[in-house]
Amino acid sequence: MPRRVVISGIGVVAPGGIGAKEFWSLLSDGRTATRRISFFDPSRFRSRIAAEIDFDPADHGLSQQEIRRMDRGAQLAVVAVREAIADSGLAFVNIDLARVGVTVGTAVGATMGLEEEYRVVSDDGRLYLVDSEYAVPHLYGYLVPSSFAREVAWACGAEGPVAVISAGCTSGLDSVAYACDLIREGSADIMLAGATDAPISPITVACFDAIKATTPRNDDPEHASRPFDLTRNGFVLGEGSAMFVLEELESARKRDAHIYAEIAGFGARCNAFHMTGLRLDGAEMAAAIKAALNEARLNPEDIDYINAHGSGTKQNDRHETAAFKLSLGSHAYKVPVSSIKSMIGHSLGAVGSLEIAASVLAIQHNVVPPTANLTTPDPECDLDYVPQTARQWQTDTVLSVGSGFGGFQSAMVLRGVDGRAA
Amino acid sequence: MSDKIFELTDLMRILRAGAGAEQDVDHGGEILDATFDDLGYDSIALLETAGRINREYGVTMDDDALAGCTTLRRIIDRVNAG
Amino acid sequence: MTRPPVVTGIGVVAPNGLGSVDYWSATCAGISGIRAVERFDAQGYASVLAGEVREKDFKAEERLPGRLLAQTDHMTRLALVAANWALEDAKVEGSTRDALDRGVITASSAGGFEFGQRELQNLWRMGNEYVSAYQSFAWFYAVNTGQISIRHGLKGPSGVVVTDQAGGLDAIAQARRQLRRGSKLILCGGVDGSICPWGWIAQMAGGRVSHSDDPAAAYLPFDDRAAGHVSAEGGAILVLEDAQAAEDRGAPKVYGEIAGYAATFDPQPGTGREPALKRAIVGALADAGVAHDEVDVVFADAAAVPSMDQIEADAIAAVFGVRAVLVTAPKSMTGRMYAGAAALDVAAALLAIRDGLIPPTINVRPARRYPVEVVTALRGPMLVQVAVVIARGQGGFNSVLVVRGPRGNAGRKRETREARYVRQDI
Repeated sequence: MPRRVVISGIGVVAPGGIGAKEFWSLLSDGRTATRRISFFDPSRFRSRIAAEIDFDPADHGLSQQEIRRMDRGAQLAVVAVREAIADSGLAFVNIDLARVGVTVGTAVGATMGLEEEYRVVSDDGRLYLVDSEYAVPHLYGYLVPSSFAREVAWACGAEGPVAVISAGCTSGLDSVAYACDLIREGSADIMLAGATDAPISPITVACFDAIKATTPRNDDPEHASRPFDLTRNGFVLGEGSAMFVLEELESARKRDAHIYAEIAGFGARCNAFHMTGLRLDGAEMAAAIKAALNEARLNPEDIDYINAHGSGTKQNDRHETAAFKLSLGSHAYKVPVSSIKSMIGHSLGAVGSLEIAASVLAIQHNVVPPTANLTTPDPECDLDYVPQTARQWQTDTVLSVGSGFGGFQSAMVLRGVDGRAA
Repeated sequence: MSDKIFELTDLMRILRAGAGAEQDVDHGGEILDATFDDLGYDSIALLETAGRINREYGVTMDDDALAGCTTLRRIIDRVNAG
Repeated sequence: MTRPPVVTGIGVVAPNGLGSVDYWSATCAGISGIRAVERFDAQGYASVLAGEVREKDFKAEERLPGRLLAQTDHMTRLALVAANWALEDAKVEGSTRDALDRGVITASSAGGFEFGQRELQNLWRMGNEYVSAYQSFAWFYAVNTGQISIRHGLKGPSGVVVTDQAGGLDAIAQARRQLRRGSKLILCGGVDGSICPWGWIAQMAGGRVSHSDDPAAAYLPFDDRAAGHVSAEGGAILVLEDAQAAEDRGAPKVYGEIAGYAATFDPQPGTGREPALKRAIVGALADAGVAHDEVDVVFADAAAVPSMDQIEADAIAAVFGVRAVLVTAPKSMTGRMYAGAAALDVAAALLAIRDGLIPPTINVRPARRYPVEVVTALRGPMLVQVAVVIARGQGGFNSVLVVRGPRGNAGRKRETREARYVRQDI
């Protein structure tokens, strides 16, 4: 009898609000958290917009030493996982820590910490032979983003399998799927799983400028992220973290846990085409969706809501629309689809987990979040993308998808359990 | 804007420096009307080349201009037009 | 899938050998690839030695197309070539394109750090318009998986595991998981390296890199003189297949099986709780259904930091008995290559099984306080059927893999351990 895995705790640190409640409030209100970059002077860059979080680690229970040694990405994850653990009601006192594991997804690791330190040791790029005298002791933890998982493991005492999963922009989905597999196969009973990224740093903005992937709509930052809209012209870079408590269904029931949703199915495929480009047919994303549905033993008609990747680039939104049609047939035209990147931007490796959180909250509330800023339909993207306003909608089963550099295509099916009500 | 004239040799130099040299493509003859695709270069190579041209010649090519640069000849003409 | 997955191809890029043939013959001969750093002038730094795969030996431009060279870090080039060699070894070439049931799972520790340093320098020294368009994907941790997938048309479930030096085993274990989920073939392992000044000082900041300038004395695991490791680059990519699928397609060779695996995490220092390595060894053996006295050799993590060596030696002794199993660290000849290290150890373990030879740990004089039998000279020919590979990542990651020879070997008569000791020396 295969084990079933459920989400019993959620923690979120996202643009527009810290905590799952604030996060859901932003999404259900259809508000956007995209603004002109304030972390550094963006005036020399092509895209000057980001979805930043007003986050001071000292306000969220991190000690001075933790703040010093942790890159911002790790800080966000630790704060999120603490919320998730509290939310789950798991006491962590009588638990066998050997049966608790951790997975953290991240696309770009300690990018902010690394860039800050680089400027110092290189003297703003003057020295190729950087000066080791100026290296901070925790620089190694920035070099290797495995340190993110270490911090989350230390935060909860996990002694089971611990890993960072880093498959670009699908990391947030893949990390949760990996954790789910570990519970299913019996390697762990509880997994703290999710993702984080804090990429809003000059090097990241510069490299996306160079390939024109981010939107240059600098005169209107609040409305710059426009997935599926005819006038979309790139994504808005974001940051954030979502972490979950995953546990085996029966033990969650036994301890009377509040169960948000079951991870019913997952599929992953690769385009094997180009590191950043996408073909128009969406064939591999469709294959991933089909695999996820198969594992969940569901048909396309069972899907109530699709949480799209919807990054807001011309090519992605077309590719994804094609993938939905290919995999779901006529049902693609009946199911509401939305992209919360319209509101919280694209936080790269973290966003898949933030989207799982949104999906699960949609199930809990029977409300699907909107695609904000969608005012001019694109004939090439002709599905129901829930423009601008959240919608009351019976939501038991959600399909969440992601697509990333390197060609990764991932799809996850989340399902309410036990006829739970909001 | 630069007053240097931008020639095929300049474009090939920049292309190779930024996006790598293609060993087994025959560059004899009709290369001016070759596309990036013909030469085995992808869209990122075009963007990288445009970036380098901007740095060296001070000529920016916006998204529309870049989309129109389907052949080497068109890029050269666009750059020389300033 | 009831049968363990099988390794049908190996591709190796190492400081002491390019390709598994060169690597293995150098390793059996005790030839080291550790030398003074040549990639950059390291004289101003505390650590001056590395296990490099030098460009003049590797000659990337002869192996990869020019357009790939422009967009890849050195370590990605190594990975692409290793993946190619693995597929050729397994005779999979040509038949992989568009396969939705064939994927790639690699380990990374720091991504394409050298490429990243150059781009950071371009940005801060010259300006943001000097950042390459390739920076958007040339350095991130998923780059090797992505590029390998594209090069060979592998469309199946793929991924990237980042667990410092334990990653090579975790990637192989995840590959096994994907085969259990229905995939037929996964290229897996790790090829890694961050040998550039920026990576160098970051590695040194970890406090575990040796300051010795003597290649013969810089990396001495289980030795009283141990004072850290030598940093290296390289690794191995394996072709891991569903056993039935491998048979069905007529795979020409089977090196062995991935029989068992476990991963644990050490408690935070200061909590007073036990390190978790022993539990990982026990767990891997249980997963493999292998008793401790069936194991012929342990490939050690070999941190060469005394406290870490003690933990490892004590854990091995606790599971197998004091000095009851042969322990070796061929990485003494290459240095520790981060996400490539453990994958290379798995390749070495499979070659040890194939040839009945246990490679040495070079330069070391094993200290008595480590209750393990360290192999310091090549052993064999002897029966090597089951190997355990241990890998630890800084921060507390412990991973252990059990590798077994191909089923056909099961008929070979097992020597008793006593008989082995009697005729042990060459």
